[in-house]
Amino acid sequence: MKLLTCPVNGTRPLSEFVFGGEIRNMPDPAQASDSAWAAYVYNRTGAPGLKKEWWYHSPSGTWFVAERNTLTDQVARTYLYGQEDKA
Amino acid sequence: MPLRLLKYALSRKHPAPRFFRDCTEPKKSYDAVIIGGGGHGLAAAYYLAKDHGITNVAVLEKGYIGGGNTGRNTTIVRSNYLTPEGVNFYDASVKIYEGLSEELDINLFYSTRGHFTLAHTESALRTMRWRAEVNKHVGVDSYVVGPDEISKACPQLDISCSGKAPIVGALYHGPGSIARHDAVAWGYARGADSMGVEIFQNTEVTGLDIQSGKIKGVHTSRGYIATNKVLSAVAGFTPRITNMAGVDTPIVIHPLQACVSEPMKPWLNTILVSGSLHVYVSQSSRGELVMGSSLDPYEVHSTRSSLDFVEGLTSHMLDMFPFLSNVKIVRQWAGMADMTPDFSPIMGTTPVEGFYLDAGWGTWGFKATPISGKTMAATMANDQAPELIKPFRLSRFEDYDLTGEKGAASVGH
Ligand SMILES: Cc1cc2nc3c(=O)[nH]c(=O)nc-3n(C[C@H](O)[C@H](O)[C@H](O)COP(=O)(O)OP(=O)(O)OC[C@H]3O[C@@H](n4cnc5c(N)ncnc54)[C@H](O)[C@@H]3O)c2cc1C
Repeated sequence: MKLLTCPVNGTRPLSEFVFGGEIRNMPDPAQASDSAWAAYVYNRTGAPGLKKEWWYHSPSGTWFVAERNTLTDQVARTYLYGQEDKA
Repeated sequence: MPLRLLKYALSRKHPAPRFFRDCTEPKKSYDAVIIGGGGHGLAAAYYLAKDHGITNVAVLEKGYIGGGNTGRNTTIVRSNYLTPEGVNFYDASVKIYEGLSEELDINLFYSTRGHFTLAHTESALRTMRWRAEVNKHVGVDSYVVGPDEISKACPQLDISCSGKAPIVGALYHGPGSIARHDAVAWGYARGADSMGVEIFQNTEVTGLDIQSGKIKGVHTSRGYIATNKVLSAVAGFTPRITNMAGVDTPIVIHPLQACVSEPMKPWLNTILVSGSLHVYVSQSSRGELVMGSSLDPYEVHSTRSSLDFVEGLTSHMLDMFPFLSNVKIVRQWAGMADMTPDFSPIMGTTPVEGFYLDAGWGTWGFKATPISGKTMAATMANDQAPELIKPFRLSRFEDYDLTGEKGAASVGH
């Protein structure tokens, strides 16, 4: 069974987690052009690489960040949002 | 074909039949280059030569032909989609498939079985009715049936699904078929080769040469090739190629898994799909049950298969067919599905002149192989997409004009 480490609850089976997609920066809706906004809504960095992603530990309701290589499926580290330096 | 077989039997040497020349030395330039020797790339090459007389074409395949999703899918062909754009498009593909064994002179084992999408709830049945009405409107044979008719077509199915999720009805689609997927790739490859197309295996595209917004050539593991037209038909590798072109798309890659049982005497005559139980199953011409489930839940660029998948799938199979409990699974595998937000493909021109995209085939692209080859060949020849595939253009996202197939694609197919 695959495992993932929740920064609050420690290492747990992957079946307890939900994938929330890559972390992306939202452009300012008031400033962004229509096409920049559409690109934000739909486009993704689909190529493989080390990505920062949202993951959710569902039994405890914890959202956190995982840095994961999407080619090898190896997780480099996980931490709570904004606590990158403590990881 | 029988004559060829007879000659072969009578010849003393029994030479291994080759389907296409073993090309290893690309020319300096081609009129068109196709990246990806899956069914889609090879079909596009075939129709470029056949429909448009463009034969100075190279197909570049980094592995062996048909080794991508073309050789990994569960081979279901059908056209009972949800949007009129989708139904029309897939129906055109089914029509080509029906005569394709003859046209390509290869037995595709194309077998029309009828296809049941099972509904276990009232709300699922409502979607079936909606699909049936759209299908009828476009002239495609689909209608809603009750549990009795399902039992008649498949007496082995436990209609109560072990009491867990009783079946209340189904969408029946007569033209639903299965086929031998490798033969589709080989047939198109042989047809294209015989008209002059050169197919290079073990040849990877490593970069695109784009100058002032126009494609000029491709860098490959066998050197540089100049060309003014490039088609990317690489399914699960699309984001890597579009990255080289600087073209953004919504495509994300998730693994999709499948497996087969040991062979049995024929007992399953139809194709069954249950969205709620995440199962689709048919029996192949060699007796194996071919089974698939839903997408893996997160992005990975890998074709590794998992125990979780077979455990989940077989437990649901046993809800439907308790008598299979002693049957063994003999093979399992995965492909990389190129998913789009509206479960429709991305086909046609791109912001880079001469760079064409045939992608976003996710869990549904095998059935589209003939028509996508035909329409992409037309797009490349005329530098303009035919009407049939305009709803699938890349710019639909920027225009907020999506072609939502979501209701029809809750399960991989
Ligand atoms: C498990 C599974 C079940 C499925 N079931 C069904 C089904 O029942 N019905 C259905 O309609 N669809 C189904 N699909 C989807 C279907 O298989 C695909 O959409 C379809 O086969 C895509 O064909 P293709 O030719 O575009 O891609 P592929 O067959 O994947 O071909 C792409 C080729 O490009 C090559 N390539 C990639 N990068 C490069 C490069 N840089 N240079 C050179 N070559 C490169 C690859 O090696 C590959 O051979 C299923 C998919 C999977 C994974």
